[in-house]
Amino acid sequence: MQCCGGQGPQAPNEITSNFDLNLLAPVLKKYGQKPGSLITILQKAQEIYGYLPMDVLDYIAAQTGIKPPNVYGVATFYTQFRLNPVGEYLIMLCMGTACHVNGAGAIEDAICDELKIQDGETTADNLFTLNNVACLGCCSLSPVMMINGETYAKLTPEKTRKILRDLRKQHQQQEKEATS
Amino acid sequence: MRIVVGQGSCGIAAGAGKVSVAFQEALSQTDAPVSLELTGCCGTCYLEPVVDVYDSHHEKTTFVLVTPEMVDEIIDFTLTGKQPAAGHLMSEEDLTAQAKQKKVALRNAGSINPEDINDYLAIDGYKAIEKALKTMTPVQVIEEIKISGLRGRGGAGFPTWFKWNAAYQQKETPKYMVCNADEGDPGAFMDRSILEGDPHGVIEGMMIGGYAMGASEGIFYVRAEYPLAIKRLEKAIEQAREKGLLGKNIMDSGFDFDLWIKAGAGAFVCGEETALIASLEGERGMPRLKPPFPAQKGFWQKPTNINNVETLANVPWIFRNGGAAFAAMGTEKSKGTKVFALTGKIKKGGLVEIPMGLTLREVIYDIGGGILDDKGFKAVQMGGPSGGCIPAHLLDTPVDYESITQTGAIMGSGGMVVMDETTCMVEMARFFLDFTRKESCGKCIHCRMGTKRMLEILTRITEGKGKDGDIELLEELCERVKEGSLCALGGTAPNPVLTTLKYFRHEYEAHIHDRKCPSHQCKQLLTYTISETACKKCGICAKNCPTDAITGSKTEVYVIDQALCIQCGKCKTVCPFKAVDVD
Repeated sequence: MQCCGGQGPQAPNEITSNFDLNLLAPVLKKYGQKPGSLITILQKAQEIYGYLPMDVLDYIAAQTGIKPPNVYGVATFYTQFRLNPVGEYLIMLCMGTACHVNGAGAIEDAICDELKIQDGETTADNLFTLNNVACLGCCSLSPVMMINGETYAKLTPEKTRKILRDLRKQHQQQEKEATS
Repeated sequence: MRIVVGQGSCGIAAGAGKVSVAFQEALSQTDAPVSLELTGCCGTCYLEPVVDVYDSHHEKTTFVLVTPEMVDEIIDFTLTGKQPAAGHLMSEEDLTAQAKQKKVALRNAGSINPEDINDYLAIDGYKAIEKALKTMTPVQVIEEIKISGLRGRGGAGFPTWFKWNAAYQQKETPKYMVCNADEGDPGAFMDRSILEGDPHGVIEGMMIGGYAMGASEGIFYVRAEYPLAIKRLEKAIEQAREKGLLGKNIMDSGFDFDLWIKAGAGAFVCGEETALIASLEGERGMPRLKPPFPAQKGFWQKPTNINNVETLANVPWIFRNGGAAFAAMGTEKSKGTKVFALTGKIKKGGLVEIPMGLTLREVIYDIGGGILDDKGFKAVQMGGPSGGCIPAHLLDTPVDYESITQTGAIMGSGGMVVMDETTCMVEMARFFLDFTRKESCGKCIHCRMGTKRMLEILTRITEGKGKDGDIELLEELCERVKEGSLCALGGTAPNPVLTTLKYFRHEYEAHIHDRKCPSHQCKQLLTYTISETACKKCGICAKNCPTDAITGSKTEVYVIDQALCIQCGKCKTVCPFKAVDVD
C-alpha cells in the first residue's frame, strides 16, 4: 500500500497488476463516485477476486479518490474482508456462544489436527482455509460450520473429520475426471 | 391443499432444502391438486426441518424432523388422510409449549410465504400504514406508540416513542429512518428469523416510523453473514415498489418513502448507533461522543432514527390492534412480548416469544423443556457479551427490563444461552472477553487495553496460573473499563466477568487457590488417574494415548505418568470399564 496518497513515483492510473483490474470497472462505475460506498465496493471486489489483494486496494483508492490508508483501514476493520487468498474450501467455524457451550472447541481441535492448520491458515495444497467466525445464527443446531455456503450441523469431532475427508476425496475425484 | 416447507436459514441447515427438492420431484409425477410453498422459521429449531400440511379446510398438521424419505408418506397423508408413523407429527407436548407463547413480532414467521407479497396482503398486510396515513397525523402515530409502551428490543430498552418524537421535532431535512439488523450477539438470531420469515412486517414498521418522523428514505443495515435475509428483504422491497407501496405519493397520501439495503461487513461495535452511522457512510465503524444524538445529527449529519428489527416488527401489530392491546401484555414497565433465542444446553432450543413478566424458570423448563440430558442447571446467559450469567437461585426472576438488569445481566437483544453443570464459568467469562477484545474498535484506551488485560488474567486463571490478587485486579479493571469507554461495548464488556464473580466467585477461587476446575472443563487443571480397582488391564487406554504416558501390562494395572500427560481425555473416552477418573 502506498503511503503517499497515490502521489508517489507510480502514477495511480498506471498501476500494473497481476490481477485483471478491468473486472472492477462496472463496480466503480456504479459506486465509485457515490459517497459512503467504500464498504460496498470492497465487498464486490472480494466477490470478484476471492480476497482483497493489495493492488486492488491501491487501484480502488486511486479510482475513488479515497486515501489509501483509509481504504486499508476499512479493509482491515471489518471481519468480512480478507487480505490473503483462501483455499478452494473455506471453512467458517462458528464460535458463537451456543456453539462454544456445545463444544466448538473440540471441533476446532479436530479440524486443526486433521488439516494441520490453525485459524486463518490455508493448507499447503490450497484446498482448505479455516476461519473462526463469531456466529452463523444456527444456534439451535450447534456446533455448526459452513463450508462454501453449505451448513453442517450438530457436529462431533468424528463427524467433522469425515466431512473434511469426504470433501478431499470428492475434490480428488473431480480432478481425476478433469484430467482424463 | 398445500404443503409448506419451513425454510429459514436454520431449517435449510437442517436439510429443508433437500426436503423441498424431494417434494418437487414427487409432486411433479402426480397431478394431485397440491401446491408446494415455503415459509420462514416457526421457531421450533429443534424439530427442523418442519413441514406443514394444510387440508382443503385450511386445517394444519405439522410434520417434524422431516427427511426426504418421509416425503411420500406426507403426500399420502395429504391426499388420503393416511395416518403417518408415530413420532413424525408434532407431539402434544411440543404443541403445548407452543401454546404458552404469544406471537406478536413472530406472528407471521412460519405461516406466510415471505417471498410473496400477496401472502402478506391477504392477512391485512400494509393496512396499518394505510390507517396511519389516512387517519392519523404523525403526532397521533407517536402518541399511539407511547400508549403501547413499546421499548427498543435491541438491548438498551429505550422508549420508541421518545426516539421517534426527537426525530420528528427536528426541522432539518432530509431525515433518515434506519433499521439496525446488524445482529452481532453471538448466540442470538431473532432478527434474522424475523427478516427471513416476515420481511414485509418490518418494512411496514419502517414506513410507519418514517411517516411519524418525516423521513422519506429508509435504510436497512443488515449483517452480511445473513445472505438469505438480505435476499428476501430485497425481494420484498421490490414487490412493495411494484405494488406502489413504496415510492412517491404512497396510497395518494402525499407521503414519499423508499428503502435500500446496506450490507454490513462484520463488526459487533456497529450495533452502537453512532458506529452504525459511520459504517453507513463507508467508514470504519467507530462510535463518537453523544450528544449530538443521531436524532439531531446522524447519517450525513441529518436527523436519523435507528430502531432494531424486532421493535419495528411490533409496530404494524400495534396499529392494527391498538397501543392499549399491546400495553395490556407484559408488566408495568415492560410492555408487550419479547423474542428470545433459547439455545445452549437446552432440550427444545429455538425461537420463543413470550409476554414480558414470565419467569426464567417458565421459559427454560415449561417452554424449553429443561436441561439437555437432565443435567443440573447452572446459569443462563442473557445479553451476550454485554450481559451476564444468572444463577439457579434467581430462576424465578421475571423477564422484564428492570428485573433482569437487577441481576447484573441485561435483557439485551434476546440471546438466552443455557448452561449446565459442566460449563465452567471462568472459562465462559474468558470466552466473552476474548470476543469483546477482538471486537473493540480501539478508540478508547480503557476498552482497547482493558479488555486485553482482563483476557490475559482470565486466560492465566483457566490455565492454572492464576495468582493471589487476580480477582481484585479483575474487579478494578472492570470498573475502569466501564468508566473509561465511550460506548456501550466497553461500558458493558465487564458484565460477564462481574456477574460470574458475583455468583460464581468460588469457581474463580478454586481455579486460583486449589488449581482445580470444578466443572472439569479447563484442561490444564485436570488430573487423570486410573483406578486400581476398576482397571481390568485391557490396555486400550495405553494404545490410544497420543503421548505414550500410560504404562502397564496384562498383569499390572495401568498407570498414567503425569509428567507426560497432556490432559486430552482420550483414555477416559475409550476406557470400557470407566476406570479413568478425572479431578
